[in-house]
Amino acid sequence: MSNDAQAPATDKSEPGPKKAPFGVVFLRYMTEANSVMVTVYSLLMAFVIGAILLIVSDEYTRSTFTYFFSRPQDAVYASRDIIYESYLAVFEGAILNLNTLDRFAAGTAELGDLLRPISETLLYATPLIFTGLAVGLAFRAGLFNIGAQGQLIFGMMGALIIGFSLDLPPIVHIPLAVAAGAIAGAAFGAVPGVLKATTGAHEVISSIMLNNIAALFLVWALSTSFLHSDTKTDLVSKSPDASATLPKLLAWLNPSLRVNLALIIGIAAAVLVWWLLSKSTFGYRIRAVGFNEHASQTAGMNIGRTYVTTMGTAGGLAGLAGAALALGVGSTGITTNTALEYGFDGITVALLGRANPAGIVAAALLFGALKAGALSAQPDVPVDISILLQAIIVLFIAAPALVRAILHLRIPRGGLVTLEAKGW
Amino acid sequence: MRLELRGLTKKFGSFTADDNIDLTVEPGQIHAVLGENGAGKSTLMNMLYGILEPTSGEILIDGEPLTFSGPSDAIAAGIGMVHQHFKLVGPFSVADNVQLGREHTRGGGVLSAKAAREAVLDVSERYGLRLDPDAICEDLPVGVQQRVEIVKALSGPETELLILDEPTAVLTPAEITELLEIMRSLAASGTSILFISHKLKEVQAVADTITVIRRGKVVAELEPTASETEMASAMVGRAVTLTIDKTPAEPGEPRLEIEGLTVVNGAGVKVLDGLDLTVHSGEIVGLAGVEGNGQTELARTILGLLKPDAGQIIIDGVNVRSHTPSRRIADGLGYIPEDRGRDGVIAEFSVAENLVLNQYKDMPYAGGGVVRADAIRQRALGSIAEFDIRTQSPNELVSSLSGGNAQKVIIAREFSRPRHLLVAAQPTRGVDVGATEFIHQRLVTERDTGTGVLLISSELDEIYAMADRIAVIYNGRIVGEVAPDTPREVIGRLMVGASMEDAEHADPDEVEVTGPEAEETPAAEAAETSAPEADDTPTTDSGTSESDSNDEQSNGGDR
Repeated sequence: MSNDAQAPATDKSEPGPKKAPFGVVFLRYMTEANSVMVTVYSLLMAFVIGAILLIVSDEYTRSTFTYFFSRPQDAVYASRDIIYESYLAVFEGAILNLNTLDRFAAGTAELGDLLRPISETLLYATPLIFTGLAVGLAFRAGLFNIGAQGQLIFGMMGALIIGFSLDLPPIVHIPLAVAAGAIAGAAFGAVPGVLKATTGAHEVISSIMLNNIAALFLVWALSTSFLHSDTKTDLVSKSPDASATLPKLLAWLNPSLRVNLALIIGIAAAVLVWWLLSKSTFGYRIRAVGFNEHASQTAGMNIGRTYVTTMGTAGGLAGLAGAALALGVGSTGITTNTALEYGFDGITVALLGRANPAGIVAAALLFGALKAGALSAQPDVPVDISILLQAIIVLFIAAPALVRAILHLRIPRGGLVTLEAKGW
Repeated sequence: MRLELRGLTKKFGSFTADDNIDLTVEPGQIHAVLGENGAGKSTLMNMLYGILEPTSGEILIDGEPLTFSGPSDAIAAGIGMVHQHFKLVGPFSVADNVQLGREHTRGGGVLSAKAAREAVLDVSERYGLRLDPDAICEDLPVGVQQRVEIVKALSGPETELLILDEPTAVLTPAEITELLEIMRSLAASGTSILFISHKLKEVQAVADTITVIRRGKVVAELEPTASETEMASAMVGRAVTLTIDKTPAEPGEPRLEIEGLTVVNGAGVKVLDGLDLTVHSGEIVGLAGVEGNGQTELARTILGLLKPDAGQIIIDGVNVRSHTPSRRIADGLGYIPEDRGRDGVIAEFSVAENLVLNQYKDMPYAGGGVVRADAIRQRALGSIAEFDIRTQSPNELVSSLSGGNAQKVIIAREFSRPRHLLVAAQPTRGVDVGATEFIHQRLVTERDTGTGVLLISSELDEIYAMADRIAVIYNGRIVGEVAPDTPREVIGRLMVGASMEDAEHADPDEVEVTGPEAEETPAAEAAETSAPEADDTPTTDSGTSESDSNDEQSNGGDR
């Protein structure tokens, strides 16, 4: 026994004297396919591929390549210009407009104008935080929640109904409407959990189907006199009362800055999910079931109940995204387009954020920035560039072996990290 | 074929899995490689089979150095391997499995079923391995599936060396006897065999030479005449006691009473069929039986994961029909599941988190829905010290522990909370000698404190060493309850379905049933084989081992 006990002790003392200087450690980290560097390289490579596609899709630049061998500089300059202009336009729409900065310095623009791109980024990021958390939390329980879109739609309707049907002061009305959104989303989200727990139906299949049900239900609901706008003829709902609309955070600077209270709720939700996963017994159970349902069951945990509560909580988070949309943007009621693809984008956000709350917030901000940037840069830059970049990023994140092979990175000690749902 | 390894070394980063291994297998020799889990046996075999590339050193076949860049090179060089976990396509026939990867065709990509069947029959005739080429693999008993793997390995072009990686881990006692037979006859026909194992008895019975590996190094070359204690000590690196010190049991009131328990599975088969069993406080009841006769279902039903279709389970005088697993656990049921990786631990959780897996929401580990990391850490530090769990810290993931240490985590979890009844299923499976010794000792201590212990094991040695009373399960029923001094052959017959009277009245000099035919005609089959294993006690000394090997030789002659 003494022999055996000695060996680990010597192993432990070994790294001490061998400690490498910071630069070496840093370089080693950079050239290793660990999850942080794979994410960084995925982003960089996505922008490189995006650049190539910008060149190919621009008619003038493409034409310069037809005489590449007689005047290569034309093609090179044209390519450089299109890449620079496009990415600059996206950057200016998402983070900081350099023109406005000049005007601000000269005193002809206000601080509010300068912050507009950031405000737009945060606005688009907000629903993604919620839907990303909805997918990410379920992921930790080994559940692939494809149903965030449907949960979001129900959350939207729940929040809206409370938003226009009650007459209350804002201090009560807002929390009530937001809570209604969460509850509606939770109820709808729990359905795949219940189906899985009682009948074994796979949550991916049932939540995909429920997405369609939710979308079609919304069309029908919008046509009923209860929801339909009293003043408009197209398929629009009533608008929420002013007392239920989420206050804009930067209205004191400039009323056109649209970022609202939902962002704060989103960040609070991320903190809550982090706390839940790492500090609560509920989170312990979620993680246990997600890693190994058999061992969890053997230890006396109720697997079915965990599925239902996890999917319910996830649905509640997606429902909050719905509330943010119904009570925030424009606040003139919801249409079949209000939900956009936020629920599905939540899947990619959760993937990029590796189902970790801080990562999800970061990923949501990135995707929000891409969206805001692309929208403001059109029509000079095709708006699809944002979707394209998102898709390429996620493709690389999902296939770390590909990134490793392209860049010849070393395999880290613990092996490549791939995020995958169990049960497939 | 003469195989020689010279200074074979494999490093994974700074970790040396195999260090300068020298080993020679002579033609027609059975060479056993003995070592604990994690000693570097599998790495060695993977290098030999071309799956891993050696860091340094040479592999010589008939004096010629060779390098393998993949298993196909090894196969071409005449090496066949039977893996611990079979690599068979379940719904395929035996012939289809054997030709997998080198299919017999009639040209133009059309399979030739006839050629495939003939190839199987040819190999099985040449080596005396009976097989039906048309049988569907998943319907075959495990022992026969393994025979398919062996035939598959032998049907490579001129296979002259066979690697068997822990081949007996999944076999029943009768199947083991048969496999050892096959190995001997293969060796007699000139095939060299490299036999990887950590089971001392088998190695002793069949090997011509034994190489012991510990921590990636060859630590001993032994003759098969070496005693088990000698081999175990070489493996572990210190003196090992293979006997368990225990006083006679003092059974008290019943802890577990099972009456007429019947469980029907999804396919409508009665996996438990009117089973009766009682375990008292202060005794270890050993449940012997060939795997798949309802042991798994029994354990799961006691825990409450399966619902009985009839009959009842009474724990401490209370009918637990309506109790959930978590209630039964809280009321004092300890449970060591047979499949550690699947049911016992969460590999991605830390040691500390695993230690509270079934108490995570109880005081003092949680309060008001909040996990108390400090209390869990304190608990982990205590358990690590008490149960000698070899880990760097409580935060280390269980996936990085060895099998034996992962099992200690489960033992520590179950033994550190109040309990009256312990169900231990295969508690030492895949666990090395040192940890086995420790676990056995703890089970006895457990018994002495008044817990009722139900020990489910497919290893008869373990049952003999531990049990105060032996119950034999067959087809979901208890077919006999006997004292621990009952001769092996009686239990062997009960295990394959003989009635209590038949088992007891068969001449005790006629020994150990072999082969699947035993099921139909146990007596006739028993008469075929010869004697001395009767006095094979659980604590074998070198005297018995000699008589063992004599016995094997005479058996070999019979075939």
